[in-house]
Amino acid sequence: MKRALAALVFFVALLALWQILASARIWSPVLLPAPARVGEYLAGAVADGSLPQAIVVTLRRLFLGYLLGVALGLPLGLVTARSKLCEDTLGILALGLQTLPSVCWVPLALIWFGQTESAMLFVVVMGTLWSVAIATDNGVRTVPPIYARAAQTMGAGRFTVWFRVILPASLPFILSGVKQGWAFAWRSLMAAEIYVTILTGFGLGHLLHYGRELSAMDQVIAIMIVITFIGVTVDKLLFFPWERFLHRRWGTSK
Amino acid sequence: MSERDARPVESAAMKLSVERVSKAFRNDRGQVVALEDVSLQVAEGEFVCLVGPSGCGKSTLLNLIAGLERPDAGRVLADGHAITSPGRDRMVMFQESALFPWLDVLDNVLFGLSLKPGLSNADRREVARAYLKLVGLERFTLANVHELSGGMKQRVALARCLAPNPRVLLMDEPFAALDAMTREQLYGDIQTIWQARKKTILFVTHNVREAVCLGDRVLLFSASPGRIREEFSIELPRPRDINSVDVARYATEITRALRAHLQPQAAS
Repeated sequence: MKRALAALVFFVALLALWQILASARIWSPVLLPAPARVGEYLAGAVADGSLPQAIVVTLRRLFLGYLLGVALGLPLGLVTARSKLCEDTLGILALGLQTLPSVCWVPLALIWFGQTESAMLFVVVMGTLWSVAIATDNGVRTVPPIYARAAQTMGAGRFTVWFRVILPASLPFILSGVKQGWAFAWRSLMAAEIYVTILTGFGLGHLLHYGRELSAMDQVIAIMIVITFIGVTVDKLLFFPWERFLHRRWGTSK
Repeated sequence: MSERDARPVESAAMKLSVERVSKAFRNDRGQVVALEDVSLQVAEGEFVCLVGPSGCGKSTLLNLIAGLERPDAGRVLADGHAITSPGRDRMVMFQESALFPWLDVLDNVLFGLSLKPGLSNADRREVARAYLKLVGLERFTLANVHELSGGMKQRVALARCLAPNPRVLLMDEPFAALDAMTREQLYGDIQTIWQARKKTILFVTHNVREAVCLGDRVLLFSASPGRIREEFSIELPRPRDINSVDVARYATEITRALRAHLQPQAAS
């Protein structure tokens, strides 16, 4: 309760600061609209349905690409951690591609897939996959070998060692990997939506893009707030319960 | 294969038999001979302690019997059969508890049991609870591993090893990281359990007193290359108290022998 109150006070103060800066007219309202203006835009966009629709379109793309990226990245990380050959080939590829900013995939995706949903999906998957793979690889490597040895002496075969020892033992790393993957998926999708205009669905990135085209700063700021809000909400709903479980089990926080 | 068939029968009656085993490891500085021509017989139900300085190959010998490593030369037999892989009949207790932090105490004990066929899940839980009771931790079944003290962790590890009812217990300095009080308690526990369940126990330690307190026999190891130098039979009634005069007398004798074997190396 106390923590919720602290958070509330902080964000109210932030809002107040914004209001003060806007009222002081240091910058033109075109550059820094008042909070009320942004609120008005949000109310209007919700009322005419454009914002909820954009959120649905964006989240659908995001989850599809993200899940695909995790589904590919996890096994990739497992094999690069365990096979020297895979480490020296796929592992290096993953490391290299992870450092490639996801927006760099956009030109390639456009040429390969055109202005389609597939292009969007491709960019998100590429943005997610490599960081998940590298976090998984990292997690598996840090599992103390004694766990596997102990399991072997208890009669565990290869399959059991993998699925009941190495995988759960690397859970803390895998979780931070999929969390990072989520952040990367967001970044990739926004980059894709800002750069790729397609007719099959208008996402948050598009609203942001058209806000800039129209120099509608209220729209730009409003959409940025929405994106941030969704990011925090998903983190709290999707990852926080897992983190709490892991912290309790491993004893890594009070 | 024919060589094995030609082995004398009495070898098969033995629980464990290590025959002229050598094992070397390669590290950055070259080759390290961990074991050289080591032979050892352990009878069924016997409690044998291996004592020696660190790095003398005691743990390597244990790992060979556990099936976690393979010998370069020689043979390791359990009931006359060559050991080629780890198996449920030979459980290992490590210096660190090696408990799984992602499972609670009960699930840790259940892990080994769950791999044992022919039991219902209800049976398994019952067995796991019984062993946790045996080591005095029945009130901690739902605790997380990190909430336990070092001594409690080793008790859980002991319960985990005992629950699938192995015939051999291989203990690699299991009490080395514990405080003296906890250790003394566990000496009592392990003797009681060993007497009640009649397991064959091979116990590695660098603590001579501990070895005398627990073992029917104490084998003295020397390092580089690892060899068995001397053997002592401990003829004391059980349960033994680590602080007793008799244990101290044996310990003095063995420590003197250990020092004698170490000296030539210290001089070189």
